[in-house]
Amino acid sequence: MARVLLFGRLADVAGWRERQVEAPSISALRALLSGEDDALAQGRGGPGVQVALDQAILRGDAALSARSEVAFLPPMSGG
Amino acid sequence: MITLTDQPFEPGELLSAFAKGRSETGAIATFTGLARAEQGATRILELEAYPGFTEAAIGQIAAEAAARFALDDFHIVHRIGQIAPGEAIVFVATAASHRRAAFEACDYLMDYLKSRAPFWKKETGPDGSRWIEPRDQDHADIARWETTKP
Repeated sequence: MARVLLFGRLADVAGWRERQVEAPSISALRALLSGEDDALAQGRGGPGVQVALDQAILRGDAALSARSEVAFLPPMSGG
Repeated sequence: MITLTDQPFEPGELLSAFAKGRSETGAIATFTGLARAEQGATRILELEAYPGFTEAAIGQIAAEAAARFALDDFHIVHRIGQIAPGEAIVFVATAASHRRAAFEACDYLMDYLKSRAPFWKKETGPDGSRWIEPRDQDHADIARWETTKP
């Protein structure tokens, strides 16, 4: 069970910002989310979307534990 | 120091506090960014952060700037939540021995805050809402620092 967070336009597209999701890995989590929401799958696949696992940017796959926090981060814009 | 706040702030007060009690600093540069009304197209700006992650990422950017420009000190204040046109969104102050380092560090920090700090910005106006993403100019601004080392 991982805590999944969406930010920026991804949260608007999906209609939620935070959820608990049962998935053994990042890749399994991606597949699960894509299976239930086409618009979110397209949004996550868009240019510049990064993934953070436990508040560190992750490239590639990783296993998830019960306390994992996964965040999908669209392109950032401050200032 | 890095501060995220959902309350309006007064840039002049921040500068006065930052400048106080310095005997070795020869130069302070500041930048204040304001929310624009865009001729009525933007009624409200909304800034979202990722608590913990955003502060850590800004901390990393600031540490790089402090080392690169040999800063005495810096203060970064960034608004989150809802911001009305005319209000300050961001304030950056840098303190160094000499002016060039203070100016350049301020410029550098703003370029990185613009497109590398974890914020997501939504504009709402009479025609609805849209998420703002970095423009080509923002990427070009960052590239200046990646190709030129002091």
